[in-house]
Amino acid sequence: MTNDEAVLNSTPALAAIFRLQWEEVQQAWVLLYPEGMVKLNGSAGEIIKRLDGKKTVTALIAELEKDFETTGLEKDVLAFLETAHQQGWVKA
Amino acid sequence: MTPTVNGKEVTVGPPLWLLAEITYACPLHCVFCYNPVDYTQHGPELTTQEWLKVLRDARAAGSVQCGFSGGEPLVRDDLEELVAEAHKLGFYTNLLTSGIGFTAERAKALKDAGLDHVQLSFQDSTRELNDFLSHTKTFALKQKAAQLIQSNGWPMVLNCVIHRLNIDYIDKIIELAVDLGAEYLELANSQYYSWAQLNRDGLMPSREQLQRAERVTNEYREKLGDKLRIFFVVPDYYETRPKKCMNGWGNIFLTITPDGSALPCHTAKMIKHLEFPNVKNMSVKDIWYESEAFNHYRGDAWMKEPCQTCPEKEKDLGGCRCQALMLTGDAANADPVCDKSEHHQTVLDAVAYAQVPDAKRIEVKPLVFRDPINSRKLSSITEA
Repeated sequence: MTNDEAVLNSTPALAAIFRLQWEEVQQAWVLLYPEGMVKLNGSAGEIIKRLDGKKTVTALIAELEKDFETTGLEKDVLAFLETAHQQGWVKA
Repeated sequence: MTPTVNGKEVTVGPPLWLLAEITYACPLHCVFCYNPVDYTQHGPELTTQEWLKVLRDARAAGSVQCGFSGGEPLVRDDLEELVAEAHKLGFYTNLLTSGIGFTAERAKALKDAGLDHVQLSFQDSTRELNDFLSHTKTFALKQKAAQLIQSNGWPMVLNCVIHRLNIDYIDKIIELAVDLGAEYLELANSQYYSWAQLNRDGLMPSREQLQRAERVTNEYREKLGDKLRIFFVVPDYYETRPKKCMNGWGNIFLTITPDGSALPCHTAKMIKHLEFPNVKNMSVKDIWYESEAFNHYRGDAWMKEPCQTCPEKEKDLGGCRCQALMLTGDAANADPVCDKSEHHQTVLDAVAYAQVPDAKRIEVKPLVFRDPINSRKLSSITEA
């Protein structure tokens, strides 16, 4: 299996230390953690809010493409998940 | 929102960070406390209802992180009620505590109220020094508090204020954090405000002490990896550029003091020419966007030279207004930590004195412990 395939079959979830919530005043999804906050951009928020630890990345991409009536999101989603892993926001 | 400050429009975001200093009462007497030296002269504490209103107002204005601090916030028996309301409003709730008064019953009540996080402060890992520095016998209590944090499933963040008297024990402090199961450890050198400013000569480490402490910290970082993340904060006196204090005046940070005064940082009340608003007679939103005190040092129109024409002014915004006031007499001056400041020599002099071993000091001033008697004594001196 290539690395991408492994990621596509993984079922990531938000790391336990973070809480995701919509902030009306900021008009943005944010990740909250002890004494800190990460403000997510629109697409990052849409990806993270769909993670539940059960859904595979393949299913996630399909869901996003359906909800936003588009195709070809795989590359962007994989790139974001890599960043999210590096930042410790998401656990596989 | 874009209020006009000194004739210029300045973009201001919401007060993301609300620090609720619910009481100045504290069973400890720390020599580096940043509560105002004249804390005994401040007005009566806000009532439960008044604090609940502050929480609702601040949340509506966009605050999202809420720190319950003091003094020792556990001294107030309505802490659970305040945390529950903050949680219900959607705040991420943090309790900043010395751990004294943190019983199994209160820990459970706070967990049930929705408290997200507890930051536990240690003065030192060696019992004798800890007890000496905080003037109380509290060390065993803190260990117990750490166990309660763990058993309630809160992330374990330990904070230890570092200074001349405990910095040589940094390895013991780190090992204690490991033993207690901490995930994060903040080793923050005391910053010289309020009581720490009075005690500066006794608290500032020498360069040699600092370098050793950083070396030891790095060795532990390598050894421990992800198991324990260690943050080490050096005293800014050893830098040549100032810190971007509070990430900018009135930028993200809002402190409400026990009597309801609203400040851009916990020590700003020392700037006497500003009239700081109070939540009893102004809404959080108006305080944040409209009040003269919060707008005063926003943007850069207030800056003097060398800041005004400095290419780095956006980077540090001229440093800390309180430090500028304390060390130069004018809060609008550059923070003299900056080596471009004409007052930088005052910082160099303090650093030079920190290199003199205690045994060679002609006059060693006794440390002034933060307590009501000293506060009243020092308040009468400042007022006279």
